[in-house]
Formats: sequence, C-alpha cells, structure tokens
Amino acid sequence: MTYLFDTLLHAVLLLAAPPLFLGVINKTKAFFAGRMGPPLLQVYFDLFKLFRKGLLLSRTTTWVFLAGPAAGVVTALGAGILVPFGHHAAPLSFTGDVLLLAYLMAMGRFLTAAAALDTGSSFEGMGAAREVTFSSLAEPATFLGLVALARVSGSLSLTPMLAGLDAGHMAVLVLIAGAWFLVLLAENCRIPFDDPNTHLELTMIHEVMVLDHSGPGFGMVLYGAAIKLFVMAALVLDVALPLDSGHTLGNWVLFAAGMAVLSVAIGVIESTMARVRLVTVPKLLVCACLLSAFAVVMLVRP
Amino acid sequence: MALELILIAALLSAVSGIPSALAGAASRRGQQVSAILGIAASVAGIAAAVQVLGSSGAVERTYLWNLPGGIVRLRADALSAGFLLSIHVISALATVYGLEYWPQAAHPANGRKLRLSWGLMTGAMTLLVVASNAILFLVAWEVMALAGFFLVTTESHKEDVREAGWVYFVATHASSLALFAFFALYRVASGSFDLRPLDEMAAGPATANVLFLLALVGFGIKAGIFPFHVWLPSAHANSPSHVSAMLSGVLIKLGVYGVMRACWLLPVPPLWWGVLLTVLGACSGVYGVVFAIGQHDLKRLLAYHSIENIGIIFLGLGLAVFGQACHEPAWVALGIAGAMLHVWNHGLFKSLLFLGAGSVLHATGTREIDHLGGLAKRMPWTSGLFMVGAAAICGLPPLNGFISELLIYVGYFRVVIAPNFTGWSLGALAIPALGLIGGLAVACFVKVHGAVFLGEARKEFEHPPHEAGLRMLGPMGALAALCFAIGLLPVLAAPGLEAIGAAWASRTAGETLLLGTLAPLELLSMVGPSLLLVALVLFALLAYKGRAAWRAPVPTWGCGYAAPSARMQYTASSFGQMLVGLYRWLLIPRAKPPHVTGLFPASSAFHSEQPDVVLDRAVHPTMKAAAHSVMPLRMFQHGRVQFYALYILLTLLALLAVVST
Repeated sequence: MTYLFDTLLHAVLLLAAPPLFLGVINKTKAFFAGRMGPPLLQVYFDLFKLFRKGLLLSRTTTWVFLAGPAAGVVTALGAGILVPFGHHAAPLSFTGDVLLLAYLMAMGRFLTAAAALDTGSSFEGMGAAREVTFSSLAEPATFLGLVALARVSGSLSLTPMLAGLDAGHMAVLVLIAGAWFLVLLAENCRIPFDDPNTHLELTMIHEVMVLDHSGPGFGMVLYGAAIKLFVMAALVLDVALPLDSGHTLGNWVLFAAGMAVLSVAIGVIESTMARVRLVTVPKLLVCACLLSAFAVVMLVRP
Repeated sequence: MALELILIAALLSAVSGIPSALAGAASRRGQQVSAILGIAASVAGIAAAVQVLGSSGAVERTYLWNLPGGIVRLRADALSAGFLLSIHVISALATVYGLEYWPQAAHPANGRKLRLSWGLMTGAMTLLVVASNAILFLVAWEVMALAGFFLVTTESHKEDVREAGWVYFVATHASSLALFAFFALYRVASGSFDLRPLDEMAAGPATANVLFLLALVGFGIKAGIFPFHVWLPSAHANSPSHVSAMLSGVLIKLGVYGVMRACWLLPVPPLWWGVLLTVLGACSGVYGVVFAIGQHDLKRLLAYHSIENIGIIFLGLGLAVFGQACHEPAWVALGIAGAMLHVWNHGLFKSLLFLGAGSVLHATGTREIDHLGGLAKRMPWTSGLFMVGAAAICGLPPLNGFISELLIYVGYFRVVIAPNFTGWSLGALAIPALGLIGGLAVACFVKVHGAVFLGEARKEFEHPPHEAGLRMLGPMGALAALCFAIGLLPVLAAPGLEAIGAAWASRTAGETLLLGTLAPLELLSMVGPSLLLVALVLFALLAYKGRAAWRAPVPTWGCGYAAPSARMQYTASSFGQMLVGLYRWLLIPRAKPPHVTGLFPASSAFHSEQPDVVLDRAVHPTMKAAAHSVMPLRMFQHGRVQFYALYILLTLLALLAVVST
C-alpha cells in the first residue's frame, strides 16, 4: 500500500514538480536583484502557451530536429523513474540501474546535440560542441562518485545504495555531493558554467543549442530540461542529506524541504556569482572529478 | 554434424572467389556466382554455430593427414561458435553489399583479386576458430593474414594504399613471429601440438607467464590493442569500405579470439594478467576515442573507434581473467559475457558504420568529413542507418552497445563492492575509464554524423550525391535491425553468452551462473521497448503538430546575419577543436597556421593533420634505428642465389651437428 502510494506520488512529482523547481530558482534570483520577479508558476504558463502554439521548421532540418526534444523529455523521465526521491524506494530499482540512468542522459544529449547540428547554424554547432565536450569531462566525476557510493553501501542499485548510507562516511558523502553538485550545475547549464538567461552571446552552451526550436518543440525542450534538473537535484539531495524520519509522510516532507533549500541554493549561487570564462569551465569540471576521486581514495584502506 | 557444416562453410568460402576469378574481368555472372557461394557458406556457418551454441559441450574430430604436424584436429566449442556466428553474419551481409559497391564492371582491374582474397580470408577464419592443432592454427592464421593483405591493397595503384599495406604486412608478421614462439614454447610445455588446456603441473608459473605475454603480443597486434594498433588506422581507412567492415568487424576480433583461446589453454591465471588486460583495455579505449576526435577522414575516424572498442572488449576480458584468479565465478561470467557480446555488437555496428561510410564515399567520392554535409536529405536511409550505428557504438540505450557495456560495468561494480578485498580499486580504474570513453564517443559521433549528414552541403559535387541502392541498403538495414534486436531484447542473447562463458572457463567452472541473476537483462527487455514507444509517441505528436511547418519551411535563423552560407557552418574540425585542445598533450597534432601579413594579405590556408603518436614517435624511430644498426649484415644479403643455397647447406649441417651430439 505504501509502495503504491509512494510510487504514485513519485510519478506525480516527477511529471508536475520540475517547473516549480525552476520557479523557485527564478524567484530567488529576482529577490536578490530586488525585483518582484515572475510568478512562481510562470514556467507552467510558458509551457502551456508553447504547447498551444504552432511551430516553425527550418528548411535545412530533417526528422532529427524533432527527435531531439522528444528524446530530451523521454530520457529525463526515464532517468526520473530510477532516482529515489528522498528516503523512498524509486519506482524501478534493479542491479545496475545507475548505468541506465547515466546512459539515458547521454542518449538525450546525443539527440539534442544532433538536433542542433541539424539546423546548419554555426551558433548551434558551437553550443552542441560545448555541451558534449563538457559532459564528457563530467562523466568521470559521475562514475567515480558512483564507485565510492557502491563501495560505501555495498550495493549496485540506486535505492539501496542511497538508503544504506550512514553518518560514518560523512566525509565521503560530502565530497561526492560536492562533485555531483558541480556536475548538476554543468549539465544543466547553470551559473557558473553557463547562464540560462543569455540568449545571444558566444559563451553559452545549452540555450544556444535550442535557438531554432519553437512552439511545442521548444516547450518539450524546456520541459525536458526542467525534469533533468529536478532529477539530478534529487540525486544530489539523496547523497547530501541521507535523512530518514522513520515515517513515509515525514520523509516526503523532508524531501520537499530539501528540494526547496537546494533550489534556493542554486538561485543564490546564480545571484552572487559570475559565469566563469569558457576556458575555465574544463578546470572546474576537473575539480569535480578530483573531488570524486578523493572520495574513492578515502575508501582505500590498507 | 556441426563440424562437417563448418568444414563445408570453410571450403565453400575458400573457393567462392574462384568463379569470379575465372570469369571475364567485367563479368557480372562471375561475381554473382561468387556471392551465392559465399552466402551459402555463411548459411552453413551460421547453422553450425547455432547448433554448437545450443548443444552443451564441444564436438571434436581428428583427421590423419600428411602434414608436418601429423594430424588435423578440429574442435568446435561454444567459444568457436560465438566467433563463427560473427564471421558469417558480417561476411554474408558485406558480400551482398559488395555486389553493388564494388561491381566487377566498375572495377575490372581489382574486383577479381578482391573476391578471391575475400573468400580465402573468410574460409581461413572459419577454419581458424575450429583449429585445435597448433600447425593447422598457424596455417589458417597465415592464410587469413595474407588474404587480408591482398584485401587491404585492393587498390594497389594508389600510394596511400601501398603504404598502408606495408605497415599491415610488417605488423602481421610481427604478430606471426610472436605466435610461432608461443606455439613452440607451448609444444615444449605440453609435449604436443594439440591445443588442450595445459596441465597445471606441466607448465610452471614462469613458462605460463611467458606464454601469456607472447600470446598477448601476437594476438594483440592482430586485435589492434594499444600500443600494438599502429597498423590499424591506415589499413582500415584505405581498403574498400566493405573490406573495412570485414576487417574491423571480424578480422581484428580473431585477435581477441586468440587471447581468449590462449587464456583457455593456460593454467589458472595470476592476478596480474587480469590487471594488465584491464589497464591495456582502458588505455586503448581512451587512446582510440581521443584520436578519433582528431581525425578529418571519415574512415580513419571509424578505424580509431575500433581501437577504442577493442579496449572495451579487453576490459571485459580483463575482468574475466581477474575473476578467475580470484575464484569469483560471477566476475568471470559477467566479464566474458560482456566481452563476447561486445565482440558481436562491435561486429554489427562497426560494419554498419563502415558500410554507411562506403555509401557516402560511393555517392560523393570523398572521405573528407569537412567537405560533406547535408547528405541526410539526399540519402535519408543511409543517414538514418548511420545514426543507428552511431548511437549503438556510443553504448546508448536502447541499442546493443549499451547491453554489453552494462555487463562489463556491472562486473566491475561487483569487484568494487567485494567486501574485505583490497583489489577493488581495479574497478575504480575501469569504471571511470568506461565512463570517459562513453562521453568522448558521444562527442565524436555527434560530430561525425552531424557534419556528414546534417546541415547544408558544404561543397557542390559534380554528380549530385544519390541514395544507395537496395543491395547496399539491405545489408545495412539488417545490421541496424540486429543492433535494435539485441538492444531491445537482450534476454535473447543470454543463453548463447552463458554457453560461451561456461566453455571459456571450463577449467574453473564449478557452477554455471545464469546471466539473468547477475544482470537485469529481463527487466531491460521491458524497459527499453517501453521507453522507445513513449519516445515514438512524443515524436509523432511533434511531427503531427509540425505537419504544416514541413510544407512551409523557413530558413534557419541566422541570428540577424542576412547572408549566411553553407561554408559558415560548424565543421567537424571546429566541433572537435575544444577537445583536441584539451588532449593536446596526448594527440600532439600538427598544424600549419595561415601566414597573414600586411594590410592586404595574400590568400592563405590553414592545414592540420593528426598523425598517430605511437607510430610516429615510437615505432618509426625504433624501426629506423634498428634498420640502421643491422646495416653491416647486409653484406650477407647480396642477391646471389648460389650463396643463399650455401647458407642453407651450412645451417643444415650446423643443425645436424647439434642434433647428433
């Protein structure tokens, strides 16, 4: 019964909550800028508007252009089924689900970048090149973190991996959470890696890849990106705060509170930091890899 | 029955080129008869492989023959069958492709040579995987290698091709040399040329170690594992594309077969064998994919990806050997299943990619990635199929590459979580390496598919590019379908892989482990298709929404620039520029920057190339130094035959003297 309830709630949150997460970030940024800012639910309004619109297609494009947004949503949703939200079992949990998670994200990236190249625009090519370059650098950080987590928990599946964490490995968890938080910011193109607000500047990554999308296609891009951010945030939260209140409802409240704090944190970072120069991005990502590597090294005992 | 079928397959393959060779230089009939013979051989080969995989145990047959080795022993177990399957599936499909790609009428000068060597190579490979006698093995190995040489040098009138052929020739003989030493030493240790698992007592650890290293060098050269890969990129880039598919998809896998068979022959391995294989695999994987990113030549790029994928296979093999050393049957099962499935998978998607590259070459006449672009509109089928191969080689779900990489990953994760085991850090090496390889492969294949097929054409061709015909698209479609089949329903491949794992680890097999209990193959067989279905529904929805837009297309938004041209598109070089910069320390690229001076500079050009670092910086200098140092010995090699006869006589007398004392 609880499983059914948890799964249902998980599905509802996965489908409905991501735009709200973005809303909180935007509200935080507005607060820091001394503005009213858009309403919390603005992203929902945007999505609704976009899905009702028609779309324009460049004559250069082929079917690949539309496959990108569709894959973006599906891969993010697929990843979302595998990540436990707080101290609850994920709806789907099996040996090696972490790998499906990582490679689904890669599939989404592959098709999004291919869709960008499909337009024949050099701007979008630039964005695609940066996206795949930076992601390839973030990959070792992700996997080293997984190695450390697997070693700590003795499990190969996300739910038991994250449920079996204890305070005894605090230092390792902090390192992994730090590394994965950097990966989250990079993969979702937040400051200091990329600025989600700029639209026509040469230093951007994700936004420039989707310049040519419009209407429902762009809606899917936005929605997919929101889900991806939400899922990765949930993953970081699971590592950073492995708390268990001992009660299923209590755990959902903890999760919601944690996600709220995380979204505010992202908003604060975006408000108080500048985007780093593009040449510095790889260095930051190497930092993330090193954090993860240190987490692994801490587990090596003679 | 199975062995007879295999012999029939070998024989039919070997003679399949003869009708074409006997027919006229431009005869259509000859090539058709050859293709039919080749396909018949493949049907027999596939049937035999399936039969052996289905039955448990091995079939063995001994024939007396007046060979120097005395007898001919054939033995087909599940391991042989696994490779046999790969050989004949790819060979049959590539043969059909070759009918249109390399028709006799268009290539009267070398089409017959190609078909003759093709048949011989396939036949030799078939015989090789069932040879259970060192002499027979070496004979088959040499025939395969030499036929491979004639295939690589099909277009021997071109200088690049001749050069690639020579490097291949030298490398393959270095490989044979190591194998002669291997089998000689094996004969000493076992007392016979028969290939049977060595008695633990017969071979001391020192002998076993030397045997392992010899096998690793000999078979590793053929497999193209780093640092023995130097021959591979140019050989695969310069042969006709369906030959590249065969070389990359099948021939180099026989090097893997050799290593697997050698491990099967040798006693239970020490830990460091597994560690060495893993480290080599990780190096090879990263090296291959990084160099692939730096390439401008479509086929050379694909060839570097073969080095990468051989690395992944070695990672699986390393895990299996490591597991054997630690007496962990689960690691062995996952490692060998992952390696073997990747052998199949790489055969499928790499052939698909090479055949796709062949269609591009056929249509445009160039392999230069930066001259291409926008082919998806002129060649929609080739583009789509190439994309399937590209996603599969990156290991993306729901395609086959994901499944084999998953098995290897899960195996290494099991090493990581082994309690009270200090060797778990091997997993901490292999897992991030696999992750990095995967990330870089995505970057590389987004680049190559995007630059070749998407966007606008960068160059006008004299003859507008045309879609390939049915005999080229059909085999590619079949390969793509197989990629999807294994990726969506991996559970179907499990029984075969289990049989191969059991056959390989016969020495330590106490219990047979079911793959289904180690990896979530059944679950993935449900998750993959469902996710694909949802994606298709969403795509259909978008396409429906955009149906009006397809009819009223607008130009790509040029960010306000009024006159964008196709030449302004991001090229493959620009796409890879950032990664090439990051890996400059490894790649050491050569670039000639444009020379720009004054207010009105003359027209100038930028040129860059990416030589192979190992070939350029290690092998060439060493070879040159070696050639220089043996110069004095040239006085014995003067071309006078009577002296050569004298040398032979003197050698014989010396040998007689040694034997008689």
